[in-house]
Amino acid sequence: MARAVTPRRKAVNTALAWAVGLILFFPILWTILTSFKTEAQAIADPPIFLFFDWTLENYAIVQERSDYMRFLWNSIIIAGCSTLLGVAIGVPAAWSMAFVPSKRTKDILLWMLSTKMLPAVGVLYPIYILFIQLGLLDSRVGLTVVIMLINLPIIIWMLYTYFKEIPGEILEAARMDGAGLREELIHVLTPMAIPGIASTVLLNVILAWNEAFWTLNLTAVDAAPLTAFIASYSSPEGLFFAKLSAASTMAIAPILILGWFSQKQLVRGLTFGAVK
Amino acid sequence: MSLRNALCATTALLTLAGAATAENLVIATVNNGDMIRMQGLTDDFTKQTGHKVEWVTLEENVLRQRVTTDITTKGGAFDIMTIGMYETPIWGANGWLVPLDDLSEDYKVDDILPAMRAGLSHEGTLYAAPFYGESSMVMYRTDLMEKAGMEMPAAPTWQFIRQAAAAMTDRDNDINGICLRGKAGWGEGGAFITVTANSFGARWFDEDWNAQFDQPQWKEALEFYTGMMAESGPPGYATNGFNENLSLFQQGKCGMWIDATVAASFVTNPNDSTVADSVGFALAPNSEGIEKKSNWLWAWALAIPAGTQKADAAKEFIEWATSQGYIELVAANEGWANVPPGARVSLYENPNYKDIPFAQKTLDSILAADPTDPTVDPVPYVGIQFVAIPEFAGIATEVSQEFSAAYAGQQSVDEALAKAQALTNDAMEAAGYR
Repeated sequence: MARAVTPRRKAVNTALAWAVGLILFFPILWTILTSFKTEAQAIADPPIFLFFDWTLENYAIVQERSDYMRFLWNSIIIAGCSTLLGVAIGVPAAWSMAFVPSKRTKDILLWMLSTKMLPAVGVLYPIYILFIQLGLLDSRVGLTVVIMLINLPIIIWMLYTYFKEIPGEILEAARMDGAGLREELIHVLTPMAIPGIASTVLLNVILAWNEAFWTLNLTAVDAAPLTAFIASYSSPEGLFFAKLSAASTMAIAPILILGWFSQKQLVRGLTFGAVK
Repeated sequence: MSLRNALCATTALLTLAGAATAENLVIATVNNGDMIRMQGLTDDFTKQTGHKVEWVTLEENVLRQRVTTDITTKGGAFDIMTIGMYETPIWGANGWLVPLDDLSEDYKVDDILPAMRAGLSHEGTLYAAPFYGESSMVMYRTDLMEKAGMEMPAAPTWQFIRQAAAAMTDRDNDINGICLRGKAGWGEGGAFITVTANSFGARWFDEDWNAQFDQPQWKEALEFYTGMMAESGPPGYATNGFNENLSLFQQGKCGMWIDATVAASFVTNPNDSTVADSVGFALAPNSEGIEKKSNWLWAWALAIPAGTQKADAAKEFIEWATSQGYIELVAANEGWANVPPGARVSLYENPNYKDIPFAQKTLDSILAADPTDPTVDPVPYVGIQFVAIPEFAGIATEVSQEFSAAYAGQQSVDEALAKAQALTNDAMEAAGYR
């Protein structure tokens, strides 16, 4: 039987949740506010919170100096394609591990996850040389493949967790009705796992969007996404915090909006395996 | 054929030839005011030559990693790279850069300040052309100095600086007598403490590449620095770098700041600085009885990686961007205070530039720096705030982390020096120097 929650406790929990939410959101809010300040206001001490002369000057400067749309388009292509490619590979992989496990399945899962523990810089040179040899340097194709490979362990793990929740008997029934492997995956398993797949896609789009090691090191002009756009406004010799904040706001805005609209889906997906 | 027809034909041929050889240059550069200004003026270069320019602007440390990866693998992602005085002689010696030994006569290579040419050359061959150069100097609040009843000499000593800092400190009003770099990193606090140590007669290595942190000069320099900062520095100075101190100075919270000469244009800019009209300049200090001053020498320079297929067009760009003509172009568009400083002799002979309040002190500071003779005793290396060997960046970053821990009170000066001594000798032994 569910435990009764008193109105007082509910109010406390709500206040606590809001407080945690605001604390987590505050750096983003501060970045957005700073983007509307002058450089002098951005470094003012004590800091100015809301009462300043709001200006769009930083956005105008950033827009004039950088081709924002080119960076945005690259981010969309790289994040979108790497995620779709990852899911296309991840679904069959997770299916086989969830429904046709071998005695090595758990080892393979752990091994896949262990690749995430390798510092990226450790393989920078081999990957860079490979990219030169294959003519993939500063290309969206190359970056899409690399980011897909980086996120693939997470994709497979997430999908594996969701697939494990689906009773194997349903797939058996489909097989008895004459479904082949392809039909079983596309027409039976995938529709049932849509919430899980959707949250996997969302989380991996966010991860790919924010990836800032390979996107900075393997691009120059043509394939540079929004992470490179932000990096171009950071400087250890000169105070450009307001412009950097404007660039950051422009870079995170699309993913923030996507996250905002899909938050229910995201939360549901992320907690799916946690409440068995 | 009439003269008119001949001219038309020549123009057409030149246009066709130009169109046939027009290149698309990719330039990797740092994000600072001078570089951004250049990006805004590249249409002038395109008009003159037909070559187009694409910019990859990155934060300094990211840029270093990015261009190092590309040049060591001959990736060819960039046709021109912005590099500093530390990398240029090392990369030139490795054959990674195209020598700039055939620049046109109009470029007037002899007009480049000798200290800059020396720092950007290897065995007498120039490998990068300075876009702008800098040293370090004292920037101080003239009003606070007057209030303290003191007068800043043109060439102060550290002992005077400490005394003045204590007199200017007003904790009740949040005014720190002096703001200096303490942040870990070879190019941040590491650079500052190295030049400070030079001015106390310390050195990184003896002539056999043995670390010298166990010598009394290092201890004296570090104890002087930590003592002065405890008396008159801002709280948490162990994490302050250039930007943090710039912010403090611009808000009127520092009596003095010793840092890069390029900061002079920031602190005197009334749009950003609340103390713009009361800033004075002096040479970087030395310790009493020691001639060597604590000023460094640095240049951001343009170089051509050996892997590029567009070396000729890249040279044309470098000639344009580092020429006297470019300086005049900036002056015409943005005023003389915004021209890239510290690269050419002719700039400091220009009567228009002489009126800029920090111009002469910048030149004097640059001229006072000698990368081949950085400190009192002889050294086996070139460089003032760095040692021009590939291993230095890694070693100096670790050493500066130990020093920053001492500034933050996490360990004593003696402990930091002992650790620095051990780790430097270990690294030099592993690298085969000892």
